[in-house]
Amino acid sequence: MADDKKSNLPPLSLHIPEPKFRPGDEVDYSNIEIQKAGAQPRPDVSIKPIDMSDLAYDLIRVLDDDHNAVGPWDPKLDDETLLRMLRTMAQVRAFDDRLHRQQRQGKTSFYMKCTGEEATSVAAAMALDAEDMCFPSYRQQGILFARGYSMVEMVNQIFSNKKDKLKGRQLPIMYSSKRLNFFTVSGNLTTQYPQAVGWAMASASKGDSRIAAAWCGEGSTAEGDFHAAMTFATVYNAPVILNVINNQWAISSFSGFAGAERTTFAARGVGYGMASLRVDGNDPLAVYAATQWAAERARTNQGPTVIEHFTYRADAHSTSDDPSSYRSAQEREEWPLGDPIMRLKRHLIERGVWSLEQQEQMDKECVDAVKEAVKEAAKNGILGHGLHQPFETMFEDVFEEMPWHLREQADQADKERAIKWPDAEAPKS
Amino acid sequence: MSTMNMIEAINSGLDNMMERDENVVIMGEDVGYFGGVFRATAGLQEKHGKTRCFDSPINECGIIGAAIGMGAYGLRPVPEIQFADYIYPGLDQLVSEAARLRYRSAGEFIAPMTVRSPFGGGIFGGQTHSQSPEAMFTHVAGLKTVIPSTPYDAKGLLIASIEDNDPVIFFEPKRIYNGPFTGYYDKPVEPWSKFDEAEVPDDHYRIDLGKANIVRPGTEVTVLAYGTMVHVAKAVVEEHDIDAEVIDLRTLVPLDIDTIEDSVKKTGRCLIVHEATRTSGFGAELSALVQERCFYHLEAPIERVTGFDTPYPHSLEWAYFPGPVRIGEALEKIVKGLKS
Repeated sequence: MADDKKSNLPPLSLHIPEPKFRPGDEVDYSNIEIQKAGAQPRPDVSIKPIDMSDLAYDLIRVLDDDHNAVGPWDPKLDDETLLRMLRTMAQVRAFDDRLHRQQRQGKTSFYMKCTGEEATSVAAAMALDAEDMCFPSYRQQGILFARGYSMVEMVNQIFSNKKDKLKGRQLPIMYSSKRLNFFTVSGNLTTQYPQAVGWAMASASKGDSRIAAAWCGEGSTAEGDFHAAMTFATVYNAPVILNVINNQWAISSFSGFAGAERTTFAARGVGYGMASLRVDGNDPLAVYAATQWAAERARTNQGPTVIEHFTYRADAHSTSDDPSSYRSAQEREEWPLGDPIMRLKRHLIERGVWSLEQQEQMDKECVDAVKEAVKEAAKNGILGHGLHQPFETMFEDVFEEMPWHLREQADQADKERAIKWPDAEAPKS
Repeated sequence: MSTMNMIEAINSGLDNMMERDENVVIMGEDVGYFGGVFRATAGLQEKHGKTRCFDSPINECGIIGAAIGMGAYGLRPVPEIQFADYIYPGLDQLVSEAARLRYRSAGEFIAPMTVRSPFGGGIFGGQTHSQSPEAMFTHVAGLKTVIPSTPYDAKGLLIASIEDNDPVIFFEPKRIYNGPFTGYYDKPVEPWSKFDEAEVPDDHYRIDLGKANIVRPGTEVTVLAYGTMVHVAKAVVEEHDIDAEVIDLRTLVPLDIDTIEDSVKKTGRCLIVHEATRTSGFGAELSALVQERCFYHLEAPIERVTGFDTPYPHSLEWAYFPGPVRIGEALEKIVKGLKS
């Protein structure tokens, strides 16, 4: 293989990234630099991206070790807003735990929790206007909770039952809510990024005041779509916030396979000349403040911002995944940035507006609310019985009007129904 | 009414739609100030403004992806992909996203976009400016595929595509932008101005999708073609003194199966002609459909005349192209039973 003429050169070697810890390893996070809360400067939203590039490598933090909100990024939210933020995140976690178990009990095929990452969607959505358009990935259920979506509707979708407004077509958790400005979740990675930019371009071209926000994981920043979106966003100065949820793991591939060994994900924006922020994703106040900054920048026609939310995927990728086979269980316990719900809870206690008793009571209420929603949704059926939706719905919405070939196939499916399920009553369309 | 070549007809259709509907926007490589490498968008930026017709980065994924987002906002984008050969970086956005938005969101979000793209060979474009990838798109549930063959049809079909609320792939046969083509590369092109099909209304009109056009009625054999090959097939039929019925499909999805079925049942023979590669080409689908629906009326095996299963060659373009010799032999074989 080697060219003889070059034999005096040392052989090349290929670098294959390897995470620091594997199952059973003692976890030592001393390599992660945790910046002091409150120490990061907050520039005016009109700053030129080149003059704020330090923030792409820093870590914006508001909540300090004593649970106080400190520094220029403190959004100075009132108690009521903070309590709503806490309750929303707690509700998301309770929902995730319950629905995960529903999957384990065979009531549906699939579920994805966002445990540990609640702030990156809940606090971010709270910092946006309700009219702003969200282009989520699959782990942003927090947006729906922040915008007041019905849990029963969510469970109907997860169970693919007869009240599922997506007609049982989508994998569980791939929600859609036009009413709440929540774009239909794809499942293909980062396709929503250029779409969000296109939506923002349209809003700008119409002289609208609404902005767009998109979310993707750090792993999928490697997709071409991410770079297409970054290019379009900067070329057209689109009013869009591009969130990268760096939760360290893309199924079993650690962030090094998306380039984390070399630089931060926020630094992707620097090369594009885009405002770039790197934020402690487990600090709900920092997430809120960064989103608020980026939203103001976008809304005042000063262009896009990329925000890296540095966080940790505390649980499995999905119900089809077992992280104990590729990463150390200690990682979660030792994660140096803690847990977003616990941190906000302690902050509110420190502020004197909350107590452990109230937290306990709230948690119970959240669990009860989910139980009630699951019970209600289960009345509409659970996945697996195949007859929740009229067969014809399988062929609807492929096109606005059903062409002849789909009509023929729909007739065939209906004939098969009589053979496959002779005793079942056909659901009414 | 004006005399227009196909480019002018497409330009006129875009202009009409931009005038009628302020949500119609055009985006693509070189489409803005310059007016497109084939001039299809010439003058549109000047007339309708920079935010209605503008250049894009060289990134087809971004072009299609952004167009989906624009459609979700409420615009009606008409992105241009400069050559069909360049569409592949945008394929995921078309196949996994645009095609399925309506379905996966149960109608909450739609992708009312028309992707225009010049396709097909015969212009010495080599393997990166000559492909006919239409079959890939017909294979995707949720996409419509439209291919015009005359200036009149191009404008009417384009307007119907833009007004359609589903994503449409609109392939323009660039070999016949300036005039129809009989398959003889060494003969000069006769300009569209010499043909009736170049008489195009200046105002808005539609040719509904899913309607084929019988361009030459006949009794002995049905020839199914679209785009450039309609003209080549028609010319070959005349040369061979065979009374063929030539059908221009115009829309591959949705397909006008009734016109095809009626014709083949009448003639008892079917020849399918396309420029695209043979294996899994759209001709395979047509052949299967005709066999399923007209088997007991057939008097000869269905024949396919296609491009070869190779990349589109540069210097051997006219050896590759399914021209008069290949079509003529197939016609003789199917009608007169001659061995090829």
